[in-house]
Amino acid sequence: MSSDLDDLPLYASAKKVYPQAVSGFYRRIKWAALFICLGIYYFLPFLRWDRGPNLPNQAVLVDLVNRRFYFFPIEVWPQEVYYFTGLLVIAALVLFLMNAIAGRIWCGYLCPQTVWSDLFLVVERFFEGDRRERIKRDEGVWNIEVWARKIAKHAVWLFIAWWTGGAWVLYFADAPTLVRELATGTAPFAAYVWIAILTFTTYTLAGIMREQVCNYMCPWPRIQAALTDEEALNVTYRYDRGEPRTSLKEATKLRAAGQSAGDCVDCNQCVAVCPTGIDIRHGSQLECIQCGLCIDACDNVMTKIGRPTSLIAYDTDNNVKARAAGEPEKVWRPIRPRTLIYFAVVAVVGGAMLYQLATRATAGISLIHDRNPLFVTLADGSVRNAFTVRLINKRPDARHFALTVEGVPGIVIEVTNITSTADWRPVVAVEPDTTREVRALVTVPKGVLDQKSVPIRIHAADLFAGERVVAKDHFFGPG
Amino acid sequence: MAGHNTEERDALTGRTTTGHEWDGIKELNTPLPRWWLNIFYATIIWSIGYFIAYPAWPTISGYTQGVLGYSSRAEVQVELDALKTKRSAQAADLAKVELAAIKADPKLLSLALAQGRAAFGDNCAPCHGLGGAGSKGYPNLNDDEWLWGGSLEEIHTTLKHGIRSSNDSDTRVSAMPAFGRDGLLKKEEIRQVANHVRVLAGQASEAGYDKAVGGKLFADNCAACHGDAGKGNKELGAPNLTDAITLYGNTVEDLVETIANSRAGMMPAWAHRLDPVTVKALTIYVHNLGGGK
Repeated sequence: MSSDLDDLPLYASAKKVYPQAVSGFYRRIKWAALFICLGIYYFLPFLRWDRGPNLPNQAVLVDLVNRRFYFFPIEVWPQEVYYFTGLLVIAALVLFLMNAIAGRIWCGYLCPQTVWSDLFLVVERFFEGDRRERIKRDEGVWNIEVWARKIAKHAVWLFIAWWTGGAWVLYFADAPTLVRELATGTAPFAAYVWIAILTFTTYTLAGIMREQVCNYMCPWPRIQAALTDEEALNVTYRYDRGEPRTSLKEATKLRAAGQSAGDCVDCNQCVAVCPTGIDIRHGSQLECIQCGLCIDACDNVMTKIGRPTSLIAYDTDNNVKARAAGEPEKVWRPIRPRTLIYFAVVAVVGGAMLYQLATRATAGISLIHDRNPLFVTLADGSVRNAFTVRLINKRPDARHFALTVEGVPGIVIEVTNITSTADWRPVVAVEPDTTREVRALVTVPKGVLDQKSVPIRIHAADLFAGERVVAKDHFFGPG
Repeated sequence: MAGHNTEERDALTGRTTTGHEWDGIKELNTPLPRWWLNIFYATIIWSIGYFIAYPAWPTISGYTQGVLGYSSRAEVQVELDALKTKRSAQAADLAKVELAAIKADPKLLSLALAQGRAAFGDNCAPCHGLGGAGSKGYPNLNDDEWLWGGSLEEIHTTLKHGIRSSNDSDTRVSAMPAFGRDGLLKKEEIRQVANHVRVLAGQASEAGYDKAVGGKLFADNCAACHGDAGKGNKELGAPNLTDAITLYGNTVEDLVETIANSRAGMMPAWAHRLDPVTVKALTIYVHNLGGGK
């Protein structure tokens, strides 16, 4: 084995990318996506949602202290964490679905990495100018002016990053209160820590690393490459139309002579505007986030030189191959078995979650049977089992649960330290949106029990709303 | 002469060898990485400082103390003190309020139950069992039979002063005579009484039991404390003999043993061992086990 190979670095150092500004249809979509996404992210915590006097009125709130998650009318308890599993399954499948229809539209338009990188690029252009100026400055002498521009840019970046971290923590506490606390320096320590962490990651990922995140950190490009097919729309250079590429002068000459020439004039605009610094004319590649900015750049050039647009366009592999072979273009089929299956799974999981939410029980009961002693004989010969009963009230109002027990003739239930009853049933009051643990004593009269263990059921019935929950356990005796 | 010091380079890798050779296979010289060695040396230097600062070397009768004066025992004490301070506010609440009022206040109640549970495990469980199930001679605290009364106040008194506790003048005290050992009853008389007690509790009697004889013996010797019908007397700690619960067993042999030699269970006076708040919390906890009156 050659030792030269060993000496090669395993890491190719990144080439700095200087994306050029561009305008056009896809750029406008990207601006719209940027405004909507950032608008939601920065201002959603301030949106109010009235849940009555006993619950917080923030529309989206992850209340870690009280262990609740609020999302508009939905309130999720920690034991219902499976909703998040469902959300993750849906998220993955929607990503697959998007990919099967139109390639990496997530990467190009909606991914936070893309959105924040775009925002940071706006700042960079404002202070350091467009592509040419930035390249020139970086290569030239770093005088006071360059330094000033760089420092200003990083300061604004840090400000945006800090605001991003600040918005993040607002999802975990009452936003207006936390803003006031942050302004007066009385916020919890954890808030500052998380703002610092998010400031650091935003600044690093969107300002410094940018396309490196997509190329090296993100698994999606690899997965996407395995999931795409010849029917998915991808940002495609139509080489059948563009090649052989030549200069505009040469092409005009050739055409005048009645010969054919490719439409690509090798102006390199598609490369200049690319946020990941690749050449789309090399075909579909891992680094391409399919943002369509090269389409805008190419269309602008084609319009200027009077050739038809869409030399680079969202197109399918099938089409490119068909045209290259001289066959008619194929119709794009967004509805096909692959997309239908993805959609069906999304619909099933989403439907199951909706059904769960709609029929969600707002009460619950769970039991722990005393293990030591399992049972106790009372003075009159009756046998008693003790249970720790936890009653769950997921509603925003206080509720009263009447406890009953069944399974053995003459079996009765009482609750220690509870005096209220309804029709001789002990009644336990549970505060709004909380649980309550009580000690229940279940007694069977003397001589009734003929086995060591008998199944019993303990019911809790809401006195007013009528909701009824049940827990199963066993009653033990000397046998 | 080719010695160990002669530097020999391996042709394939370009590395030096150690000079060791086995069947033509030579060992490459692969020294420990410099950074690793440096960290290793640094840890040695660090350990010297550690020896000086912290307890480290055993001596004949002890160990070197270290200049920082650190001791894990002292650290625990600091943490215990901190816990005590933290709990003092709640303890003050429990100390102020009457037992019945603690029961009525859900917040104080849960506090007392939690403290009581911990104290029960530390102090009571060795005899009464972790869940208060008891065993022969150690009452089950979950049932509704109480030798000295099952109200909050009665349980509190029993806990504070103990039962037949030698160091508390207010302790619960009573003494059943050892009818056999002290020669008060003859052997067959004891057997008659034992059978009579079984009959009082609704159990079968053995052959030879004479209701008239047993009843008379019971009335003469036992009824003073246990009552004519054997229902017991909590003032005297005399158990109810008619119910389904017995502390020392209810076979004829068990009862003969009890009557002949007497039983006198003991419980420490916890007021001398625990602070008043803990005793209060224990009272609430025991009362809440299920048998509290």
